[in-house]
Amino acid sequence: MIELADVHKTFNPGRGNEYRAIRGVTLAIEPGRVTALRGPSGSGKTTLLGLIGGLTRPSAGRVRLDGRDISALPERFLTRLRRDAFGFVFQQFQLIRDLSVLENVMLPATPTGRPYRRVRARALELLGHLGLAARADARSQWLSGGEAQRVAIARALINDPPVILADEPTAHLDSALSIQILDILADLRRQGRTVVIASHDPLVFSAGLVERVVDLRDGRVAP
Amino acid sequence: MNAWIERQRGLIDFAVANLDRRRGRNLGLFLAYVLVVFLLASVVLYGDALRREARQLLADAPELVVQRLTAGRHDLMPADWAARLEGLRGVTRVQGRLWGYHYDPAVAANLTLLVPAEGAPEPGRARLGAALARSHGLGPGDVLSLRDHVGQARAFIVDGLLDTASELANADLLWVSEADFRAFFGIAPGLHTDLALSVANPREVRKVAEKVLERLPGARVISREEMGRTYDAAFHWRQGLLLTMLSLILLAFAFLAWDKASGLSAEERREIGILKALGWDTEDVLRMKLWEGALVSVSAFLAGYLLAWLHVFHAHAPLFTAVLKGWSVLYPRFALRPEADFAQLAALALLTVLPYVAATLVPVWRAATLDPDEVMRE
Repeated sequence: MIELADVHKTFNPGRGNEYRAIRGVTLAIEPGRVTALRGPSGSGKTTLLGLIGGLTRPSAGRVRLDGRDISALPERFLTRLRRDAFGFVFQQFQLIRDLSVLENVMLPATPTGRPYRRVRARALELLGHLGLAARADARSQWLSGGEAQRVAIARALINDPPVILADEPTAHLDSALSIQILDILADLRRQGRTVVIASHDPLVFSAGLVERVVDLRDGRVAP
Repeated sequence: MNAWIERQRGLIDFAVANLDRRRGRNLGLFLAYVLVVFLLASVVLYGDALRREARQLLADAPELVVQRLTAGRHDLMPADWAARLEGLRGVTRVQGRLWGYHYDPAVAANLTLLVPAEGAPEPGRARLGAALARSHGLGPGDVLSLRDHVGQARAFIVDGLLDTASELANADLLWVSEADFRAFFGIAPGLHTDLALSVANPREVRKVAEKVLERLPGARVISREEMGRTYDAAFHWRQGLLLTMLSLILLAFAFLAWDKASGLSAEERREIGILKALGWDTEDVLRMKLWEGALVSVSAFLAGYLLAWLHVFHAHAPLFTAVLKGWSVLYPRFALRPEADFAQLAALALLTVLPYVAATLVPVWRAATLDPDEVMRE
């Protein structure tokens, strides 16, 4: 269970360009389900996803994972949590240029110290499962949008996290590819993972995948 | 332990991949780095080897040399001066030496004529230092003609070359017989250039020198230790001169390295953000960058040092001969003995590797301590 209690996030506090992205969000996300954060651009979806996944700390309020307050964790523990508990699928894919697909997928496993062979085998298995076995050695910048998104999903799964956080997973894809990605996310849900999606793409909400929708507007949960 | 090794392996793999990704930039930096280490290490290795060689040569020098001074200048030593030092406590041998300089216009260089204590050639014959033989194109059996103190040509038949192993000392040497030497320079019998004193106990050298000055108030006494210090000072001075000139290159490199290593592009900052978002610790990012910096700097350092070693000990340091050897025309050609000096190696490594690694780490640390979200949003 992921719980947010009166969470605020302010960027550049006290400066001329101060921006309050999240304003008092209280929310509980059930495990093993697909939850979608919906809202227009600037509503705070990505920031909220970052707060849930420990990419950034709240300016006020608490974020809890299975009852444990993660917002006050020291950096080292927060990093470990990001590595073990969450798999991130970013809006811009965020693959590293000039590295191969396989190298990109293996990156999150590097700090775990797991044996190279096992990590490599797992990465190839994931790529095979996502239909990318033949692209393992391709440079990441040579990939199409759909391929890059699937690589990002494989990378999110390499450490076998129980929670997948996907930010606008269909934003740069056509309808056919979007449906393909949503099928993959549905598959992850069937495996028992918690999936949180931030999106404003109607296709995501009409595909029957999302079990709960949280509407956001101006950094608040809309009634 | 295994997990630690696997982790380091992963970090090294990523560091190598990173170096490969920015191949052009890293190759340029590597080459500049190699050049700087090569120049610096060449000067240090060469200077030190020369000083070592000079000290080695002094091992055979007499403990004390006594010269006569007249009006503050070196003058010939009267025969009775040697007799006045005979029986001085602590002195085992007093020997008059004959040596002098001769300017040879044929090669526009000074030669040193010397009558050796043992093994002097027969009258009319001479033995040559290797550089001198090379400059005149002479070998055993050839004739060397020099003009004496009254301008009369004197011919010497070359009956051999001096040992090339000690060419540093005998490059411009010409061994002749006592009779030829005296005739060549017009030095009367009984006069010597200076006196060589052997002292049995090295701890008594200073005391003996004082006693010599008491008996011969107009003399100058030079100890072997002082000669060693003079050699050291001369080579240190030359080395310092060269290092000063090289400091401009070093400074230019320092700016280049700082600029290349410390300037973190927007792309690199974004990548650090991605790594942190994917669960890399600040420490992991720093370690990876440390490996990256270490791979560049250590490999460049080793390559530069190895090249310097080959340059100095195998190619006879053609780049620095003119400055460091110091002979104006007759350069000795000799192979310096390589000797590993770990303190020197460590000092060079500290001077070149550490600043580079530090330059790479500071900006990475700054980027890696930010929230990944913040870095990725930039």
